[in-house]
Amino acid sequence: MNLKQLSVFLENKPGRLGHPCKALTEAGINILTLCLADTEQFGILRLIVKDWEKARAVLEKAGCIVNISQVLAIEIPDRPGGLESVLSILEPNAVNIEYMYAFTLKRSGNAVMIARIEDADRAVSILNGKGVSVLDAAAFYALTQVN
Amino acid sequence: MSDSPAFPDSRSDFLGVAELESLQLKRLQVIVSSSYDNVPLTRRRMDERGLKPEHIKTIADVARLPFMQKTDLRDTYPYGLFARPMKEVVRLHASSGTTGKPIVVGYTREDMKVWTSVMARTFCAAGFTEHDIVQNAFGYGLFTGGLGAHYGAEALGAAVIPISGGNTERQIMVMQDFGVTAICSTPSYFLHLIEAIETTGNGFKGLKLKTGVFGAEPWTDGMRAHIEERAHIKAYDIYGLSEIIGPGVAAECSQQSGLHVFEDHFLMEIVDPKTDEVLPDSEEGELVLTTLSKQAIPMIRYRTHDMTSIIPERCACGRTIRRINRISHRSDDMIIIRGVNVFPSQIEAALLKVEKSLPHYQIVLSRKEGLDQIEVQVEVTSGMFNDRVGAMEQLQKKMSSAIEHVVGLRAYVRLVEPQSIARSQGKAKRVIDNRNEGTSR
Repeated sequence: MNLKQLSVFLENKPGRLGHPCKALTEAGINILTLCLADTEQFGILRLIVKDWEKARAVLEKAGCIVNISQVLAIEIPDRPGGLESVLSILEPNAVNIEYMYAFTLKRSGNAVMIARIEDADRAVSILNGKGVSVLDAAAFYALTQVN
Repeated sequence: MSDSPAFPDSRSDFLGVAELESLQLKRLQVIVSSSYDNVPLTRRRMDERGLKPEHIKTIADVARLPFMQKTDLRDTYPYGLFARPMKEVVRLHASSGTTGKPIVVGYTREDMKVWTSVMARTFCAAGFTEHDIVQNAFGYGLFTGGLGAHYGAEALGAAVIPISGGNTERQIMVMQDFGVTAICSTPSYFLHLIEAIETTGNGFKGLKLKTGVFGAEPWTDGMRAHIEERAHIKAYDIYGLSEIIGPGVAAECSQQSGLHVFEDHFLMEIVDPKTDEVLPDSEEGELVLTTLSKQAIPMIRYRTHDMTSIIPERCACGRTIRRINRISHRSDDMIIIRGVNVFPSQIEAALLKVEKSLPHYQIVLSRKEGLDQIEVQVEVTSGMFNDRVGAMEQLQKKMSSAIEHVVGLRAYVRLVEPQSIARSQGKAKRVIDNRNEGTSR
């Protein structure tokens, strides 16, 4: 059920984001979704791509510090209350979401929420029990495929 | 115009050469004997060279004796180099060492008299008199600066205000209300005070301040010009180190042209830091000091790692004791931050406590509002990188508190991207010192 996310360490100064993006462009790697977390001092660029191993190699070759972590891709209805419906399942079970970001899929009418959850396996079984689908990598990539 | 020995002990500043040298030799022989008899480390090292105290027949014979290092004090921590029993010791001080443990120095009643005397001579050389009201902003405590200056100024008959460092508002209030005429502090703290005073309504108008004695960290003639111009005072440099006595080893006179070493108590040599050869006057090398009167911890040929040269010419002030140039730099990598001795190896040790392998790092020193700031830049490695912001901030905090624990100063840790610290021949330059760039702003 787990999806691989790449994180890249960036200093918080102008022009730093361009460097990893340029490396990916040159290697022809498409970014499916991303999120940038920043503090006063540094930033963490989080990326989802299809071929994460290739992306890691490309980024590391470009001198980036890359971290691979497991995230969950949770499919949620793209309508008011969609996100809340998932959160209301997780919260009573004391599942802690460390961070999340989301994007919508025009084709399916659904949205995907990428979440970093410490106890991912437990979260998956709770969500599945309530009929919420947690996408595995293959399903996720199929959904994000552009025609 | 020559200075006069206004303070009785200052007469020793004007001794004839023959008189001074005979006094030095007599004292050197006593100190070598006492060290040989009472300090096992010195005895062992002299025995290894087949040296006995009676071999010291001239002052030049000092060069036959083995050197002592800061590590000797650390290795024998706390009291291993004491030549007198604790019942004769009346004071203990400590300064930062290279591993987190301080080094400990002790004084007998007689040592305290000598220290007080050389500090009184220090202030006398800067023109202090019994009419002065002295604001002593050197830190009181284990650091030798505060109490050393206190005793000296008091012995001279000045009125001493033991305000210690910090609390700028109170410093300014005291300076105004008490009619302070002289101040002692680190030069960087005084720069901070200048800026704070300038923001008050009257600035320096109405203040009676006319003299400042500054030390405990290196400063430049450029900083002196800046201080004298902005505060309308005369600023004097002093030199000392805890291992030898504290402040009171050397001091500037009215000429402000080199620091007179109190040679009747401290025998100086300049050596080549690489070959250990004694260098002639005027040549720059490492200052090596032998304490001629110290009873509790006699130091023989102590390597200060401070680079300077002897000025052989007689000073226009009339003092016969010779001068050294202002300390230009160190022969090792020690840096002095807010009067605290810091080695890059301490920062390294702290970083290693947090991370298993040593990341690339760089220490960047700057000055903000007259106070030294340390920033430690650490290149993030894949081992320490985490996708959680909180974890990275936690890492930063851990590194910062590990450094504070070892060095005793707060450092700002900045995480930087790999390869962003410039390297020359594969090695990163460990220290970037921007403190004396331009003025204090």
